[in-house]
Amino acid sequence: MAMDAAMIERLIKESLPDAQVSIEDLRGDGDHYAAHVVSGAFRGKTRVQQHQMVYQALRGRMGNELHALALQTGAPED
Amino acid sequence: MDDNVQERIRQNITETPVVLFMKGSPVFPQCGFSAAVVQILSHLGVKFKGVDVLSDPEIRQGIKGFSNWPTIPQLYVKGEFVGGCDIVREMFETGELQQLFEQKGVPVRA
Repeated sequence: MAMDAAMIERLIKESLPDAQVSIEDLRGDGDHYAAHVVSGAFRGKTRVQQHQMVYQALRGRMGNELHALALQTGAPED
Repeated sequence: MDDNVQERIRQNITETPVVLFMKGSPVFPQCGFSAAVVQILSHLGVKFKGVDVLSDPEIRQGIKGFSNWPTIPQLYVKGEFVGGCDIVREMFETGELQQLFEQKGVPVRA
């Protein structure tokens, strides 16, 4: 099952309103994405915690409808 | 989650210093993301145990709850969850993965 990039972005921003999200559809098949997410909410969190926050925002879709989302996360530079 | 499955996972990650929950085996990975982590560990000369979740549906489901992580592969070092493919790759590129193994007393090829 494929998922739209705009939908991914919307879900992430619902949970992390300040997030800057850029999404790339790696194969143009709507199933393999790479996302770069920058949010102040990531400050002081480990990478695992940051990714868990994004997965939580996607509410169970990761690993199901969404097969592949390569993630890179970080806090904004001061 | 089934206590029995949790216990099996706990046993796995405490009995062996480096454990990779993956699709397929280290010799025949069944997924590109699992293969990528195997390649990094092999490159570093780190000894690890691969647990094939495809041949064990209980573990496949159980590990996701255990680590609160929705995807496979998952790397554990000395009982601690390190991350999935993206994190392992990023840590390898920055040298943090090598540091982590050294800190945890896991031999790495120089």
